[in-house]
Amino acid sequence: MTHRSRVKAVAGGGVLLAAFLTVLLLPGFVSDFRASELAYVAIYAIAILGLSIVTGFSGQISLGHGAFMAIGGYTTAILVADHGVTDLWTIPVAGVVSGVAGLLLGVPALRLTGLHLALATFAIAVAFPSVLKKAEGVTGGSQGINLFGVEGLTGAIAGVDVFGRHLTFNEWLYYLSWSIFAVLGVSAWLLLRGRTGRALRAVRDSHVAATSVGINPAAYKTAAFGLSAFYAGVAGSLFAIATSFVNPATFPVALSLTLLVGAVVGGLGSLWGVIAGAVFVQFLPIWIGKLPEIEALPASVREIANEPGIPSVAYGAAVILVLLLLPGGAAGVVRKLRTGL
Amino acid sequence: MADFLQQVVSGLATGGIYASLALAIVLIHRATRVVNFAQGEMAMVTTYVAWTLIDHGVSYWLSFVLTLALAFVGGVLVHQAVMRPFQDAPVVTAVMVTIGLFILLNGLAAWIWSSEVKAFPSAFSTRPIDVGGVVFSLQDLGVIAVSLGVVAGLFALFRFTKAGLALRAAAFNPATSRLAGVPVGRMLAAGWGLAAVLGAVSGMMVAPSVFLDPNMMRPVLLYALAAAVLGGLDSPLGALVAGLLLGVLLNLLGAYVDFVGTDLRLPVALAIILAVLLVRPAGLFGSVAARRV
Repeated sequence: MTHRSRVKAVAGGGVLLAAFLTVLLLPGFVSDFRASELAYVAIYAIAILGLSIVTGFSGQISLGHGAFMAIGGYTTAILVADHGVTDLWTIPVAGVVSGVAGLLLGVPALRLTGLHLALATFAIAVAFPSVLKKAEGVTGGSQGINLFGVEGLTGAIAGVDVFGRHLTFNEWLYYLSWSIFAVLGVSAWLLLRGRTGRALRAVRDSHVAATSVGINPAAYKTAAFGLSAFYAGVAGSLFAIATSFVNPATFPVALSLTLLVGAVVGGLGSLWGVIAGAVFVQFLPIWIGKLPEIEALPASVREIANEPGIPSVAYGAAVILVLLLLPGGAAGVVRKLRTGL
Repeated sequence: MADFLQQVVSGLATGGIYASLALAIVLIHRATRVVNFAQGEMAMVTTYVAWTLIDHGVSYWLSFVLTLALAFVGGVLVHQAVMRPFQDAPVVTAVMVTIGLFILLNGLAAWIWSSEVKAFPSAFSTRPIDVGGVVFSLQDLGVIAVSLGVVAGLFALFRFTKAGLALRAAAFNPATSRLAGVPVGRMLAAGWGLAAVLGAVSGMMVAPSVFLDPNMMRPVLLYALAAAVLGGLDSPLGALVAGLLLGVLLNLLGAYVDFVGTDLRLPVALAIILAVLLVRPAGLFGSVAARRV
């Protein structure tokens, strides 16, 4: 190991440790409600990570990851509410069910170019809520499935004791989501930093070149789609646990698009970027809602901030501006700052 | 039989609406290789503009014409301000930009006009007319006439005018057209304007039956995408025929197949999109393009 790479490794370890300690200790300093908001950040981060794998690394665009979240969320809801399974055990199951759905879609998706896949996945996002509504026998139709007060839902009423410490439901949710994000994030990093990541990027940049060095583009693209759907399914499962309720409106088209907003703003293809993207999509509406309280702002701005639709305007403008000015997203900015120093 | 014919005619009316929006999508795809996912939201915003004009006492048809003019200007502006910088970007990036535009316009409409559902007047009376035992609604016939009229006008523009030739040339081969003196950039902008006009027609025609709200065009967009894909994404004639076919098909399925009813129309459109893309990506009327390696 050269001196330079050793410094880099130590610095990387330090950042990781700092991040770990921050996540571990944060709930002690924020309100219970804020803890639940931060749990949603981790849930979004997991889904955006999945999207980032498929769009950023293998170059396939998915506008339908909300539908995979729906598959995961409904898997958990059905298992917990109708079959009495404890929610924790349903999380991997939800990931696998959604991952298999992703593989099934990934095979035909091979035949589709980027644009066609965007069309197909967008259609899935728009049509999936109707499918959920129609499959009433399994999904409860428009009524949905209620998880609150069901025995399998851990800690919803009285909280949970973990390692001798009492956690409220929101704190439990926070630690659960961030632990799962950490495991999935590290797995993705281990998987993508070496051979596999290089192969996926090669497939993204040139099919022919990748094939000529012995990479099987079909296998890699399908696997990437399946893996990405697995991540979305896990996120959907946690989402269902967090909201303690699912119905077709829980997973609207807007959710799929929001995930794309997060992936673009965070920086496609960057693992750290997904956290920035998730913070952005979770907190932007909340921050905008706070603007009227800032007295230094002109009255007109404070008035507008409370109007309906403004968060969407900001999301949409953010996507366009990021693609225009900072194509690497938040991660790209950090990278530029680091190489500039 | 009479009932069947009635269903076909009302299917043609909704089909005409889908065809207008599908044509808008095809127009832009032909010129720029990008599918504009924001086409439906652009149509929704222009429909709100029409609603505002009518609300201020402007007569329906004057509002209609003014809205088409404003839609053209709006389409050109969107191209110049948002899409032009991405002319040479990968298609996937440009698609993400249209998604950004989709979210932005949806929020804009909710901000300006609120998400409250509004009634939108129809130009035609809903009075039924009886033709040899078959009862048609005047509304359906009017919608068919307007959609087909706009499509015919557009066809004439492309086919018989010098501007139309330049538009086609710019879309077909930008580099050569530029050498031949065609202002390609301006033609692309005009293409976005014309697409917005088509979208405005579809929005104003569909609004009386689905009511005006910021999300009203989502299903219509999906049907239009299905029609565009079925027609081959590059073929205006294909989009028109597929749009009309899809309108009739969905209406008949809804009326005669209990399982589909009105709930499963969107999944049917999804199934059509998937099936066409997988089995015959060039659609019914498109040409198979050789891929550049």
